[in-house]
Amino acid sequence: MSKLRKRKGLDGVDISPAQWVSLFAIALFVIVPFWSSAIAGFKDIGELRTTPFGLPQSWDPKNFTEILYGGSFFRFLWNSLRIAAVTVLLTLVTSSMAAFALAHIKFFGRTSITSLFLIGLLFPFATAILPLFITIRNLGLLDNPLGVILPQVAFNLAFSILLFMTFFKDLPHELIDAAKMDRCNYLRIYWYIVLPLSLPILTTVAVFAFVGSWNNYLLPLVMLNNDSSFPWPLGVMQYQGQYITNWPKVLAFLTLTTLPALAFFLAAQRFIISGLTGGAVKG
Amino acid sequence: MSQTSVIQSGKRSTRGQKAFFQASILIVPALILFIGLVIWPLLNAFMFSFYKWNGFGPLTDFEGLDNYGDVLTHRTFPTALRNVGLLAVTSLLIQLPLALWAALALYQKAWFVSVFRTLFFLPYVLAEIAAGLIWRFVYDGEYGLVPAIGDTLHTEMPFVLAERAWVMPAIILVVMWKYFGFHMMIYIAGLQSIPNEVIEAARMDGVSRRKIMWHIKIPMIKSSIAISVFFAIVGSLQLFDLIVPLTGGGPQNSSHTLVSFLYEFGIRRMKLGFGGATSVVLFVICVGVTLLYRRLVLARMDQ
Repeated sequence: MSKLRKRKGLDGVDISPAQWVSLFAIALFVIVPFWSSAIAGFKDIGELRTTPFGLPQSWDPKNFTEILYGGSFFRFLWNSLRIAAVTVLLTLVTSSMAAFALAHIKFFGRTSITSLFLIGLLFPFATAILPLFITIRNLGLLDNPLGVILPQVAFNLAFSILLFMTFFKDLPHELIDAAKMDRCNYLRIYWYIVLPLSLPILTTVAVFAFVGSWNNYLLPLVMLNNDSSFPWPLGVMQYQGQYITNWPKVLAFLTLTTLPALAFFLAAQRFIISGLTGGAVKG
Repeated sequence: MSQTSVIQSGKRSTRGQKAFFQASILIVPALILFIGLVIWPLLNAFMFSFYKWNGFGPLTDFEGLDNYGDVLTHRTFPTALRNVGLLAVTSLLIQLPLALWAALALYQKAWFVSVFRTLFFLPYVLAEIAAGLIWRFVYDGEYGLVPAIGDTLHTEMPFVLAERAWVMPAIILVVMWKYFGFHMMIYIAGLQSIPNEVIEAARMDGVSRRKIMWHIKIPMIKSSIAISVFFAIVGSLQLFDLIVPLTGGGPQNSSHTLVSFLYEFGIRRMKLGFGGATSVVLFVICVGVTLLYRRLVLARMDQ
């Protein structure tokens, strides 16, 4: 046992010196673009040209305050937040209901409906973007947040239903059978028994839907034309279009929009990872 | 108890109807959304692809397979196809081995290891648009980091995003920066699920670290590897959001992917027949890859 301990380094972690060197090299490669973008907002354009890596001469927050007081910034964030929140809510409700029925109710057509939804995992949403535009236009939802929200929910369904079904199937059958004995109907079972037990998977799906919506670019690009309804990715591209190579301004804008989101995503990291690995969270 | 079961069996058909009714209430919202906004648009793309249409008025100009001919003979289509292939191949040959290699070091449990893990995962949670803009700045020939590195090395650096020879390698580097941590996390989850006793037992028997890696760890996470390879291929086929802020498909349409090709030549120009045909081609490639991969790799893995 003591021999084994010796072979391992710090705290029993087994990483060779060569591995350490390369890990630090990769870390540098990851950090440098973040770092220089974050501090670029404090520099002026001339200073950026001479010292792009170093600390700014003075921590002048002018670029940041201009954006914060500029008016459109909070509107972009609010638009993004609103679209993401409604997307999350509708995704959770529709996919958990459907997944519960598909996992626990025996009815005619169950297997074919399940495989219909799972077909959705096969193709990317980009293949449908063009006819989706026509459908949304015919529904009169262009330039309406719902024109982004509803397709997002629809394209979330396959993956979310799969995650929910896996989770629901593992719930103790006795609970549901007992409720059935008590002549509880399925809607009540779903609401009073299944949902309260499903907090971990609800969170995983919610985080996924939120991240997807918050970062989505193609769908709002096609559906929204009026910049008062732009979410932040369209806003930041518009801003970049205005200031082209005034990088301090563009990067300040980018820092302000991405920082809160990055903080949130890092806090929710556990759920993102468990979703990636098949929703194997058990609370 | 016995009484209720008698009653229940007597009412079997109405119970079945009730279950069907309750199931419908639960499923119908999802089904309407899915059919209306996933299946229906796909069928539409298929239909549009046989017509010449600018998006307004009825579909009347039936063209048969002309749109498909136009897509396949479009000057940029082979470029887009080649770029997607290039992205997939470099992901498989460089990015995934690197991610696996990092995962083998970082799957262990210690606070400083998880700092690295989180750091490497950071670019993945960053929005594609943000990552694209950050790297456009890095590559900027005037104010970016690349010319600054050139200054310290006393060499003239090219404007990488403006030169045909450099633009794809530059994009590939960004793709690695962005998705490397994602693949690493998939491998880490796999490695952490290997029972510790297996590795300890091998160590006790004096099996070398290299052999443990090649003969125990990597074979035991082959399903994680299969998933990550699949994501890398499908991700290359769908890449769009990074291309727009970096190059918009330029210079001279040399950095288009299939989706940016679809956006540029189908949607922006409102050539819906052409776009529909491109969608169908993309769809066929995606479904083909998926089915082939399932049959060849994933099915064999279950055996």
